[in-house]
Amino acid sequence: MLKVNNIEVVYNDVILVLKGISLEVPDGAVVALLGANGAGKTTTLKAISGILDSQNGELEDGQIEFMGNPIHRLDPDRIVKKGITMVPEGRRVFENLNVMENIKIGAHTRTDRRQVKRDVEKTFDYFPVLEGRKDRLAIFLSGGEQQMLVICRALISKPKLMMLDEPSLGLAPLLVKEIFAMLRVVNDKQKTGILLVEQNARVALNFAKYGYIMENGKIVLDGPTDLLVKNKDVKEFYLGVTDKMEKKSYAQVKHYKRRKRWLS
Amino acid sequence: MNTEFMFFIQLVVSGIALGCLYALIAVGFVLILKATGIMNFAQGEVIMLSAFICYFLVTTFHVPFLVAVLLTGIIAGLMGIVTERLILRPMLGEPIFSVVMVTIGLSIFLRSMAGILFGHNNLVFPSPFPTEAVKMGGIVVSQTEIWIMLSSLVLAAVFFIFFKYSRMGLAMRGTADHQDVALLMGISVKQVFALIWAVSFITAAASGVFLANVMVINLGLSVVAIGAFPAIVLGGLESIPGAIVGGLAIGIIENLAGGYLDQIIGGGVKDVTPFVVLFLVLMIRPYGLFGKKEIERV
Repeated sequence: MLKVNNIEVVYNDVILVLKGISLEVPDGAVVALLGANGAGKTTTLKAISGILDSQNGELEDGQIEFMGNPIHRLDPDRIVKKGITMVPEGRRVFENLNVMENIKIGAHTRTDRRQVKRDVEKTFDYFPVLEGRKDRLAIFLSGGEQQMLVICRALISKPKLMMLDEPSLGLAPLLVKEIFAMLRVVNDKQKTGILLVEQNARVALNFAKYGYIMENGKIVLDGPTDLLVKNKDVKEFYLGVTDKMEKKSYAQVKHYKRRKRWLS
Repeated sequence: MNTEFMFFIQLVVSGIALGCLYALIAVGFVLILKATGIMNFAQGEVIMLSAFICYFLVTTFHVPFLVAVLLTGIIAGLMGIVTERLILRPMLGEPIFSVVMVTIGLSIFLRSMAGILFGHNNLVFPSPFPTEAVKMGGIVVSQTEIWIMLSSLVLAAVFFIFFKYSRMGLAMRGTADHQDVALLMGISVKQVFALIWAVSFITAAASGVFLANVMVINLGLSVVAIGAFPAIVLGGLESIPGAIVGGLAIGIIENLAGGYLDQIIGGGVKDVTPFVVLFLVLMIRPYGLFGKKEIERV
């Protein structure tokens, strides 16, 4: 469905952030993109949704294809119309709009207004909490409710591919569980493909079928997640356990040598 | 009823009419300010130009008044779109300060152009409203004032419905909150900006047409826009309801101060009052009536 081919992104004409990223999301698949801070995960998502221009970034090289058509030269609104919606990092609700309006604005590109109304009701089925709060301003919701709201807002555009940027950031473990359970249902029922960016590697590797690991603007490792969780380096750097499945103290870790091999 | 009280009511009613004008002008400013963060200093020139355009449509081209008003609105809307396209869009991503300087440049340009095109004479608009005043239980209201109040009410209602229920209105409010997220919703922010400038200029045209009916038309008409600043600040800068309430409040306060204090001090109080209010608001409550003290959640 989505094919990213060797893209390079430069910020402010000088800072090379992505140094040739390639990845693929098959139809209706769940793919995770993992990596440390500043690895370029968010930039990858921004490149796909076409909003680099407004952030002083530029796609210098490479192609992005969606359903067989190149999309890397399109304006962001055209890309949304084609069926890719991004849920940005950090629960970016529209604070001065109420819950209902926040969801409706997600349907901006749709023309079938009546069906939208019915679909809004449907999204409330996923998160019943929101229905009770639908006239409340989004700024007064709790963090978890805001995260649910931005996911609903993305779903209402009926995306074929949904890109989520750190949906678990700053949420209680129980809420994280609830949100991922809901995403699972969406993926099963509507066959919506999901590209997930996460720092919470354990959750992401559990949830996705396939994973890519990024460092310093490059993909250093990829594979089916059940193989990735067994990988020695992934275990140590991302899951925090050693071979013997015991927690390791930071004092003992000789991070430096191992990391050096990864980065070169 | 005693005459003291009637005098008070009389002042309040004409204050409301004046306030409606302030509110209209203020809304024009606030629309652009809220959506794009730019204070458009050329707003006054658009008001002045609209007054001229309407005048020449009625006198030189003998267009019926209502049609002339509609045409003026359309011309102003197109001017808004052209301004956004030619002048503001190339400035996208530049610091706000530079953009505001550009609007000041635009205001000088427009004023000079108006001078070249329309001349520097004082013109008097052939008012379509009958001159005799309406008497309602001892209160005297001119027909122009009644029309100003009614039309402002209608405009306010149209704005409310547009922003509350229409798809584009919702997109505009979203864009005002977060431009980058609006992009991700598939909203064409360029289109929204063009539309905002158009709507704001149309509002300016409406106030221009009304001003033409109550004042002489000349290049100085653009200065009237500055009179709306106290209303904007009192309303809280980025709030449209705030601009309306602020406008009405300033209008009433100005008229009351003029009515009572002018007798004691002897003239001039009316003109100063709005700026005294501006001064007080900035000292006591700088975020205005409807403005928000920024709340940030970390």
